Amino acid sequence: MTGERHKAILIGASAGAVQALLAILPALPASFPLPILVVVHIPPDRDNMLVPLLQSKCRITVKEAEDKEPIEGGVIYFAPSDYHLLVETDRSLALSTDEPMNFSRPSIDVLFESAADAFGAGLVGVILTGANHDGAQGLRTVQAVGGVAIVQDRAEAYATAMPDAALQACPSAHTMTIAAITTYLTRLGAA
Amino acid sequence: MPDAIEDIEVQLLLEALFQRYHYDFRHYARASIKRRLTQARTQLGVPTISALQDRVLHDPSMLPRLLDFLTVQVSEMFRDPSYYKALREKVLPHLSTYPSLKVWIAGCSNGEEVYSLAILFKEEGLYDRTIFYATDINPEALAAAEAGAYSVDRIRKFTESHQRSGGKSSLSDHYSAAYGRAVFDKGLRSRVVFSDHSLVTDAVFAEMHLISCRNVLIYFDRPLQDRAIGLFRDSLTRKGFLGLGSKESLRFSTHAPAFADFAPEDKIYQRREP
Repeated sequence: MTGERHKAILIGASAGAVQALLAILPALPASFPLPILVVVHIPPDRDNMLVPLLQSKCRITVKEAEDKEPIEGGVIYFAPSDYHLLVETDRSLALSTDEPMNFSRPSIDVLFESAADAFGAGLVGVILTGANHDGAQGLRTVQAVGGVAIVQDRAEAYATAMPDAALQACPSAHTMTIAAITTYLTRLGAA
Repeated sequence: MPDAIEDIEVQLLLEALFQRYHYDFRHYARASIKRRLTQARTQLGVPTISALQDRVLHDPSMLPRLLDFLTVQVSEMFRDPSYYKALREKVLPHLSTYPSLKVWIAGCSNGEEVYSLAILFKEEGLYDRTIFYATDINPEALAAAEAGAYSVDRIRKFTESHQRSGGKSSLSDHYSAAYGRAVFDKGLRSRVVFSDHSLVTDAVFAEMHLISCRNVLIYFDRPLQDRAIGLFRDSLTRKGFLGLGSKESLRFSTHAPAFADFAPEDKIYQRREP
């Protein structure tokens, strides 16, 4: 696995996201070379408190995505609350206030589908715990363009609806525990 | 790229819209536009974006329907209450020193922001000396803004945000509800001029004391954002104010030096002395 082959990691999570992300992201080494784009469903009126929390715990940069910002390796970008996060074909980030998808803004599907469009093959899409169906179509799109699809093992997910929906849309996705996902991502970065 | 053909089709459709109808979406941020065109294709039941182009070129009645997909911007009254609070507490005290005022709501969509500002100005006693210019490129959105009727389902959220903005009246003082719609008082638009204006192709608007343009620039690419911000600069009186969406900024604009941070947390800028 080389940096050539893998271009970016996408993560979608909802109910139970905080614990899951706190287990995965702080484990990544300071030298982690790939960009990580994350959508977590949070109430629209609140600031994303996950960003400062993870900033204090991660060895790589964690930030809220800004409109028109070029995507850089070794940075974790979070969708701001109440905005969709999209990837442009020049691999910069864009925000939008379009209608919620699956009752969610930001929506995991919107990020995953636009990223699949911009990057093509070389994406790793990860669907974690959550109590809705967002992300299932997006993960399928990532897989369809030649990306890797990973779904959190439902046995340890705080809410299983999202992993279940993702697996139903992408039956050949890899099912992994949080520990296995962490190891997998760390290895991707080390290659 | 997997969808290279669709990218070509999007490009050609946008070019066709411009050449045939002078609606210029060519410098809109592409990922959102493509998403919306894909939705339009599905919902209008055409097989490809090229087929959509064919229809809109030959059938002008398709244009409003397509514009609805391309310009839909979901907005709420008093979205980001702290923005309106900052206007109320920091900007309006400055504006109150002028005998007459002009306010431009650029990209007003269905008018939620227009009524928010009208109520704010009423509450602060500035409404009667202000003219509001509410502009958009979509004629149907302008008509909706002028009608000022919203689904009552949305009113609870609007009321909450209005209170959090420091509202001095009750939102229910400003509308009457009937048949599932809340219709805002005519008195709120007695000093509003609704007008067609494009930030892409049109020129400076008038001498404004406040321009509010929220969550419009995110839909533009960098060069077009720059054009719009230049237009705002040239449309503001000296020391006039510019308010953007909470995730927008002038940081990347070549016109940034023309503005000072006024309420940075709430993305309110002030035009420097020329």
